[in-house]
Amino acid sequence: MKADVSSSGPPLVELKGISKRYGDLLANDGIDLSIEPGEIHALLGENGAGKSTLVKILYGVIEPSAGEIRWEGRPVSIGSPVEARNLGLGMVFQHFSLFDELTVAENIAVALSGDWDLATVRGKLGEISRTYGLALDADRAVWTLSAGERQRIEIVRCLLQNPRLLILDEPTSVLTPQEAEHLFTTLDRLSAEGCSILYISHKLEEVRRLCRRATILRAGRVVATIDPRASSAREIAALMVGSEVGEIRTDAPHHPEGEMLKVASLNLPPAGMHGQSLRDIDLTARAGEVVGIAGIAGNGQTELFAALSGERLAGGPDAVVIAGRPVGTTGIDGRRRLGAAFVPEERLGHAAAPTHRLSENTLISHAAAEVSRSGFILVNAARRLARTIVQSFDVRTPEGDPQARKLSGGNLQKFVIGREIIRKPKLIVVDQPTWGVDAGAARLIRQALVDLARQGSAVVVVSQDLDELFEVADRMAVIHQGTLSPLKPIGEWTKEAVGLEMLGVAQASGGVHAV
Amino acid sequence: MTTFEAILLTIVTASTPLLIAALGELVAERSGVLNLGVEGMMAMGAACSFAAAVTFDSTLLGVGAGILAGALMASLFALVVLGFAANQVGSGLALTIFGLGLSGLIGAPFVGARRDPVAHIDIPGLSDIPVIGRLFFEQDLFVYASIALTILVAIYLTRTRSGLTLRSIGENHTSANALGLPVWRVRFWAILFGGACAGLAGAYLALVYTRFWSPGMTAGRGWIALALVVFAAWRPGWLLVGAYIFGAATVLQLHAQAAQFGVPPQVLSAVPYLATILALLLLSLRHGRAIGAPGSLGVPFVPDR
Ligand SMILES: Nc1ncnc2c1ncn2[C@@H]1O[C@H](COP(=O)(O)OP(=O)(O)OP(=O)(O)O)[C@@H](O)[C@H]1O
Ligand SMILES: [Mg+2]
Repeated sequence: MKADVSSSGPPLVELKGISKRYGDLLANDGIDLSIEPGEIHALLGENGAGKSTLVKILYGVIEPSAGEIRWEGRPVSIGSPVEARNLGLGMVFQHFSLFDELTVAENIAVALSGDWDLATVRGKLGEISRTYGLALDADRAVWTLSAGERQRIEIVRCLLQNPRLLILDEPTSVLTPQEAEHLFTTLDRLSAEGCSILYISHKLEEVRRLCRRATILRAGRVVATIDPRASSAREIAALMVGSEVGEIRTDAPHHPEGEMLKVASLNLPPAGMHGQSLRDIDLTARAGEVVGIAGIAGNGQTELFAALSGERLAGGPDAVVIAGRPVGTTGIDGRRRLGAAFVPEERLGHAAAPTHRLSENTLISHAAAEVSRSGFILVNAARRLARTIVQSFDVRTPEGDPQARKLSGGNLQKFVIGREIIRKPKLIVVDQPTWGVDAGAARLIRQALVDLARQGSAVVVVSQDLDELFEVADRMAVIHQGTLSPLKPIGEWTKEAVGLEMLGVAQASGGVHAV
Repeated sequence: MTTFEAILLTIVTASTPLLIAALGELVAERSGVLNLGVEGMMAMGAACSFAAAVTFDSTLLGVGAGILAGALMASLFALVVLGFAANQVGSGLALTIFGLGLSGLIGAPFVGARRDPVAHIDIPGLSDIPVIGRLFFEQDLFVYASIALTILVAIYLTRTRSGLTLRSIGENHTSANALGLPVWRVRFWAILFGGACAGLAGAYLALVYTRFWSPGMTAGRGWIALALVVFAAWRPGWLLVGAYIFGAATVLQLHAQAAQFGVPPQVLSAVPYLATILALLLLSLRHGRAIGAPGSLGVPFVPDR
C-alpha cells in the first residue's frame, strides 16, 4: 500500500537498488526508497536490519557496493559528508560524532560551513535551543555531559545548517518525554516549512504520531512501505520482526529478601566543574526485585551509576554496601568479585572496546572468572563465552567473532547486557538498558532482567523510559538534581506523580505549573 | 659582560632549539599523529643547513635548506603513516634511525668547517639596560621568531577555525570523518609543519649554537622535545615554560659540574629532566583534571567505506 503524498514534482531524494556488502553479509540489499519534499518518512526495522548503513550511504560516510541516488531527479554521487551537506542534507548520528574535549559551541562550530566565529555560533546556539526547547550550555566540555545532552548537541548542530533533508538516526532514544515532544513540534514545523525528514526510531508510537509513510526493512531488504497511522504499533512491530512481539511476563510471585545493595547518605561532589553532585542518596535493592530509577538526563544518573559501580569512590566504606560488605571505597573490580555487575549507558567505548573482538570484550567483566587464569587469557574459553552470550541473547553478528564496533547498536546492547546477566550476578545495575534497541530485543532484555530478579538477584535499572520502568520495576524512585525521591512500590506511583518528581516540583508547592 | 649575563644568554640559546622542535611536534600531535622521528629530522636539518651554509656561504640559504630537509623527511613519514596507515611508533623510530645515518653521510665532507656567529639584533638604547637589556633586546632573530611562533601556534589552535578543525581531528578522527573534516589533508600539513620546525631547530643548532657540524650533534634533543610536548600537556604556553626550564637546568648543571660541588656529575645531569617534569607536573596539578593526550593520538586512521 502506498500512502498519499501531496506533491507533483520529482521526489527530493530517491534511492534505487542500494546495496552494501560487508564480507559475506549484505547489510543493504537492493533498497528502493523515495522521500518527497516536506515529508516525514520513517525508516523502521529491527536491530541490524541495515537502517544506519543506509543513511550513512545517503550521507556519504560509506560507499554503497551498488545502487544509485537521485537528488531532485538528478543522479548524484555523494562521496563525502561535505558533499552531502552542500546538497542540503543534515544528519544526527546514532553513535554520536562529538569531540569529548571540546566545548559544546566548538563541537557545533566545527561542523558548520560558511563564515562564522565562536561568538555568533554561541548566539545562534542560544537562539535555537530556546526556540526548540533544547537546553544547552555553550561552554561546557562534552565529556562532562550525559548522553541525553549529547544528543541535544547533535540535533542543534543539524538544525543550525538549515537542511533540506534532515536524517535522524534514533534521535529520541535518550531524550525525556518532554524533550521528545519539543523535538516533534520542531520536526512538524520544519516539515511545514518544506524540509524533508528521514526518521529512524524504535519507538513506534512516535512514528505513528509523526510520519505518514514508513519504509520497513528486514535483513537489509525493504519488506513494506506503509502508512503507520493506519496500523497499530503491534502490527508494525510484527512486520519488522516477522512475527508477533509479546509482552513481558512479570507474573512469578516474588518475596524479596536480603538487601543486596544498600546506599546510605551517599554524598559525592561533582566530577568536573559542571557535573552534578549527589546529595544524601538512600537506596536499597533486595534480592528478587527490580528497582527503577527514573529521571531526566543529566540529573545525576551518570554520577549515581559511577558511585554504585565503583568508578568513583565514596567518602567512606559504609556509604555503599553490596551483599552485606561495605564497599564504598572499593573499586569496580572488587565489587564485581562480590557478585555485582554493571552495565553503563554508553555501550561503545564504555561498556565495550570498539576495536576488540567480542571474545576479548568478555574479559572486561569476566577477568576474575573463567576466561583467565593466573594472568593468562583462556582464548578458547573466551570465544566459547562470547558464543554463548551471542546465542542466548540473540545477538546478530556479521561474522563469527567480530569487533564490537561492527555490531549494530541494538545488537551490541544485547551483548553487553547479556555478558553481565550470564554471570548470574547477585546485584546488577543497568543504565539505560534498552537505549536504541528494537521492540523485540527490548522485550528480550527486559524479560532477562526480570527473570534474573525472580531467580534471586537484585536488579537496579536506571532509565528515562517511564513505560519501561512501569513494566519491569517493583519499586521506583526519581532522581532530580542529585537527590533521590523516596523509594516506593510501583503501585503507589502514577505517571503524573513521576513526571512532577522529575521536574522537581513535587514537594515544592504541589502546583502543576510545570513546563 | 658579567658571567651572570653570559649564563642567562646561554640559557636562551640552549632552550630555543628545544622550543622550536617541540612546537612542531605539538601541532602534529594535536592533529593525532605521533612522530617519533623528531631526532632524525633535526639531525637532517642540522646537516643540510650546515652544508648549504658553507657551500653558498649564506646563513639564509642554510636555514632554508634545514627547513626543507626537515619537511622532506616529514613527508616521507606522512606517506607511510597516512598513505599506508602504518604504525606510527615504528615508522617514527625508523625515521630517526634513517635521519641520523643520512645526516652523517651528508655532513661528512663538512666536518671541521666553521661558521661565523650569526648577527644579533641590537636595539640601541634598550639593549643597554643592565642585565635584562642584553637578555631581551639583543638576541639573534631565531629567538624572537621562536617566541612569536609559540604565540602564533597558541592563537592558531585556540582561536582559528582551522585550528579547531585540527584539534577535532586529533581528538576523534572517526567523528571528524563522519562530519566530513579532511582528516588526511590536515594531518599531512601538521606533519609537514612538525618536520619544518624540527629542521629549523637543527639549523639553529648547527648555525648558531655550535657553528660546526659533527655526527650525532643533536645529542638527544629531539627526544627531549618529544618529552616536553607530553609534559606540557599539549599546550604551547606550557611548552615555552618547559623548554626554558629545561634549558636553564641544563646550563646551570653544567656550571655546577664545573664548580665541583662534590655532587656526582651523573646526578647533576639528571637535574634538568627532574626539574622539568616537576615544574610541569605542578602546573597540571593546579589545573585540576589531568589533561590527557589527544584522543586519536597514534591511532592509524582507516575509515569504513
Ligand atoms: N563496519 C562494519 N563491518 C561489518 N559489518 C558491519 C559494519 N557495520 C555494520 N555492519 C553490519 O551490518 C548490519 C546492519 O547494521 P546497521 O548498523 O545498519 O543496523 P541498524 O538497522 O542501524 O540497527 P540498530 O537498530 O541496532 O542500530 C549489521 O548486521 C551489522 O553487524
Ligand atoms: Mg542503527
